[in-house]
Amino acid sequence: MPIRMELLVCGGTGCQASNSNRVLDVLKEEIKKANLQSEVNVLMTGCFGFCEKGPIVKVMPDNVFYVEVDEDAARKIVAEHVVKGRVYQEKLYVEPDTHEKLSEQSKIPFYKKQLRIALRNCGKIDPENINEYIAADGYMALGKVLTEMTPEEVIDVVKRSGLRGRGGGGFPTGVKWEATRKSKSDIKYVICNADEGDPGAFMDRSILEGDPHSVLEGMAIAAYAIGAQFGYIYVRAEYPLAIHRLRIAINQARELGLLGKNIFGTDFSFDVEIKIGAGAFICGEETALINSIEGGRGEPTVKPPYPAQVGLWKKPTNINNVETFANIAPIILNGADWFASIGTEKSKGTKVFALAGKVNNVGLVEVPMGITLREIIYDLGGGIKGGKKFKAVQTGGPSGGCIPAEHLDTPIDYDNLTALGSMMGSGGMIVMDEDDCMVNIAKFYLEFSCDESCGRCTACRIGNKRLLEILNKITEGKGEMEDLEMLKELAETVRDSSLCGLGQTSPNPVLSTMKFFYDEYLAHVRDKECPAGVCKELLKYYIIPEKCVGCTACARVCPVNVIHGEPKKVHVIDRDGCIKCGQCYNTCRFGAITRK
Amino acid sequence: MINVTINDIKLQVPEGTTILDAAKMVNINIPTLCHLNLHDIKMVNRTASCRVCLVEVEGRRNLAPACATECFDGMIIRTNTKRAIRARRTMVELLLSDHPTDCLVCEKNGNCDLQRIAAELGIRKIRFEGEQSTYQKDSSSGALYRNPDKCIMCRRCETMCNEVQTCSVYSAIDRGFETVVGPAFNLPMLDTQCTFCGQCVSVCPTAALTEVSYVQDVWNALHDPDKYVIAQTAPAIRVALGEEFGLKPGTIVTGKMVAALRRLGFKKVFDTDFAADVTIMEEAKEFIDRLNGKGRLPILTSCCPSWVKFIEHQFPELLDIPSTCKSPHMMFGAIAKTYFAEKFNIPADKIVVVSVMPCIAKKYEIQREELKSDGVQNVDYVITTREFAKMIREAGIDFTKLPDEDFDNPLGESTGASVIFGTTGGVIEAALRTAYEWATGETLQDVEFHGVRGFEDGLKEATVKLKDMELKIGVAHGLGNARRLLEDIRDGKRFYHAIEIMACPGGCIDGGGQPYHHGNLEIVKARMNALYEEDRRKPLRKSHENPAVLKMYEEYIGEIGGHKAHKLLHTHYTPREKI
Repeated sequence: MPIRMELLVCGGTGCQASNSNRVLDVLKEEIKKANLQSEVNVLMTGCFGFCEKGPIVKVMPDNVFYVEVDEDAARKIVAEHVVKGRVYQEKLYVEPDTHEKLSEQSKIPFYKKQLRIALRNCGKIDPENINEYIAADGYMALGKVLTEMTPEEVIDVVKRSGLRGRGGGGFPTGVKWEATRKSKSDIKYVICNADEGDPGAFMDRSILEGDPHSVLEGMAIAAYAIGAQFGYIYVRAEYPLAIHRLRIAINQARELGLLGKNIFGTDFSFDVEIKIGAGAFICGEETALINSIEGGRGEPTVKPPYPAQVGLWKKPTNINNVETFANIAPIILNGADWFASIGTEKSKGTKVFALAGKVNNVGLVEVPMGITLREIIYDLGGGIKGGKKFKAVQTGGPSGGCIPAEHLDTPIDYDNLTALGSMMGSGGMIVMDEDDCMVNIAKFYLEFSCDESCGRCTACRIGNKRLLEILNKITEGKGEMEDLEMLKELAETVRDSSLCGLGQTSPNPVLSTMKFFYDEYLAHVRDKECPAGVCKELLKYYIIPEKCVGCTACARVCPVNVIHGEPKKVHVIDRDGCIKCGQCYNTCRFGAITRK
Repeated sequence: MINVTINDIKLQVPEGTTILDAAKMVNINIPTLCHLNLHDIKMVNRTASCRVCLVEVEGRRNLAPACATECFDGMIIRTNTKRAIRARRTMVELLLSDHPTDCLVCEKNGNCDLQRIAAELGIRKIRFEGEQSTYQKDSSSGALYRNPDKCIMCRRCETMCNEVQTCSVYSAIDRGFETVVGPAFNLPMLDTQCTFCGQCVSVCPTAALTEVSYVQDVWNALHDPDKYVIAQTAPAIRVALGEEFGLKPGTIVTGKMVAALRRLGFKKVFDTDFAADVTIMEEAKEFIDRLNGKGRLPILTSCCPSWVKFIEHQFPELLDIPSTCKSPHMMFGAIAKTYFAEKFNIPADKIVVVSVMPCIAKKYEIQREELKSDGVQNVDYVITTREFAKMIREAGIDFTKLPDEDFDNPLGESTGASVIFGTTGGVIEAALRTAYEWATGETLQDVEFHGVRGFEDGLKEATVKLKDMELKIGVAHGLGNARRLLEDIRDGKRFYHAIEIMACPGGCIDGGGQPYHHGNLEIVKARMNALYEEDRRKPLRKSHENPAVLKMYEEYIGEIGGHKAHKLLHTHYTPREKI
């Protein structure tokens, strides 16, 4: 009997963490019980991106999108939808404003403005089956390139498409390929940088998990274009599922002759090896990554020479990140003009963002360049959680900066974000609301950079540490006005003086928050107050006399016994001895304790 | 040639020229700290890690490290903009903020590059306060002292150890603010394959790497009325010590050195050169024996303790080829506590032998079990040229005004052959002078073998005609060169009859215990010339003509290479792990 229905279960790391593996098993069991296994297929796919509402199950061809599916719901979906042909209403997405139940994925606001190129197959195909990728036009671009195009033509297409590196720097991909092509050497390498390290960013992981062949195909095309014979995928050990699926993909591609010798019967031979990194953020920097592959310490070296001239094992090497490679095949198939028609003048195509923080719809979105921050946060992201007030959006991870509300209508592209003191980075996007302290946010990112600095150059190793110490001083209420001057000056010097991109951008969170939220810094230093009520040492706890009923609960829980008062009478906090632990605040059942 | 403009001065430079070198051409000095270019030994430390040489390049977003940035055509450079000056000062301030400020009592006070640059930039205040990184100190080897608190991450030691000496003991460990240079797993140095050559000490800009000092122990011995303290001085001391007192590099100060030791209170001032002549007697004999089929060829010299430890770690399968001769100063120790003690009727246990050496590895060598007699060290203390100079200063001796005095007898007598032990090629040349005469029975007319001399080539080859036989001689200095040579020998790609190896580039004249050259290897070359000059001045230039040595054999040791000689003057080697 032909297959009449397919159930696609999200197998991304996020949904797996929400038990989607079990959902998959239950669906299979139930379908077997109903004796429908010959006509209904259950598949595990890559990430759908809507992690907020995972695990996700999509029923095709009915095009019904179920959210937050647990084991029980899985049983119901089989009983209702698969067996009886009735959509199981309970697990449809509910539009928060209209309370309308939406069964079609493309009608859900989260997906409405998305344009999926890099993520084109994620959530659609079984990443562990190469035939599904091939059925979705997979390896057609490679075939076209090898049989119909010269390497120069390939480079020309990529250059004209306007594709820029999606790993952070935004360097034009075609130009990079051309430089590597022009370097004379009998041996050259292609490296896929899958050392995604920005906290909160997981687009590269999702692509590797959901569509590993798109990366392999992109690498093979790059190898052909630059004249390389061998490639490495440098992926962090924290991505076991991605590694697992990559291994399957590489083996399947080898079996079909899509990797290995004389691909498509041509002279072109190319193979790929996975290199597992230990998860150091600095290894995303290309020279550090090369050192790491070579077995050395993952630390950057001075550029120039660039890897395009002197790279892995001193040979010309082209390094692109996962998302960049995933864009290659569609560009080859649909043409440079198609890709260049999407996006802004200088930033073409789409970008995947990992939307996180205080936003309703957390997840992975792929949007055309030029979309505004407001659209992403409010239309796709569904606005701020709990109806709170938007304060800032942080883009670019620890290398990026915080962008305030007045710039929400900025069209997103590489240059606009840089002009705002932030950067595209690999596409982390963390939304902050009125409860976030911007000084504390700067401190958070700087702590990350301090930990992840390779320690090689003075500016980054000691400079960032001193910046962090000044920020600590400020958030502890010990800051003085000259600390603010020092902070700015030192941040600028670290930016100007560091050896590699990590140190050159690590002060961005400090500089951008100082630029847009200087009043918060002033409040910490001059008024010894944290307006958002985050910095513990600056908090002051008060009892609101009108609300206190004298239940004594706060006094009993206070570990330092500084809350005084007789039973059934208003209590008072002796703030001199208060250690600001917040126990009273958490204990009071009458909302009588406030802090600011 | 390409055109560049530096501070509005236009100039042409060859392609590949760094901004730093281009600036020097027009007399613009850009301060540097981590940078070190020892082009004579092909070592360039271009880590660009200190960020002190930052300059502004038009069109470039951030500042460029002058030491590691090559000029391009049309480059416009400004070395003294507000931004560049501010960055440079800040870098030094940051380094100082994480550096102990105990300059007054620091080993490197007056010799420290960080101190120098702070002074040059006129830093009067460290604006940044904060945590200072502290680490375990390491003196486990008794030779090399590591104080990572003072490490500024210049990585010079790493470049020297990994690229020149190929021992790869150092790398950066840990990360972030805690990053520091250290051995694998932060092991004690004694448990690593470090050879204690001390070349890392020679290039360390601060006191992160120094020697384990025995100055106080030597003072204690000298002040102990029960002890009979005698000194021996290595050949390379007499041509370097003067530098510590402002004399021109290459000044021969043998007589003043002897006078200084007497004034410090040494009962006898002897010469390691005497023992070097003894070494030649034994080694030349061993060489001729091996040439005659008794044992394997090539024979490798074994005077350098750093080199000995290197072969034990790196080539344990080749341990049958080094000569079994102890190093000269160890032979001296054995002779002093037997022959000398008996001849002058001094109880051996009262004798304290102090070696003044250009070397740090010698401090390790004296502790080796197989070089002790019944558990007692033959040499009690090793102090370096630098430590010796400190003692002279501490004792208030005006070194340059000292009269020239002679070594004591009998262990102070030496030939020209022994004095060139201090330079690369010298040991093999000394051995050839004797081996030639013994093997041929003829008198050697020209004692100078220029083919084995010189600083520039790390690997030297020479052929010496010995009657109808052509002797192939190999010389390597620097352990990286030694490694290449040994690999070829192991793999059967090269053949030599005899090989001399010294661990330090240039030999002992550039030892890890010598006055700091601060990157100027012309100083080392001047020392080399001075040793050859000293050789030429000597009336006797062949070791087997040293009358005091001959007398000792006659009175005490007996046959060269005989039973007693073996007991006193020879040793054996132990395979060691690579780590």
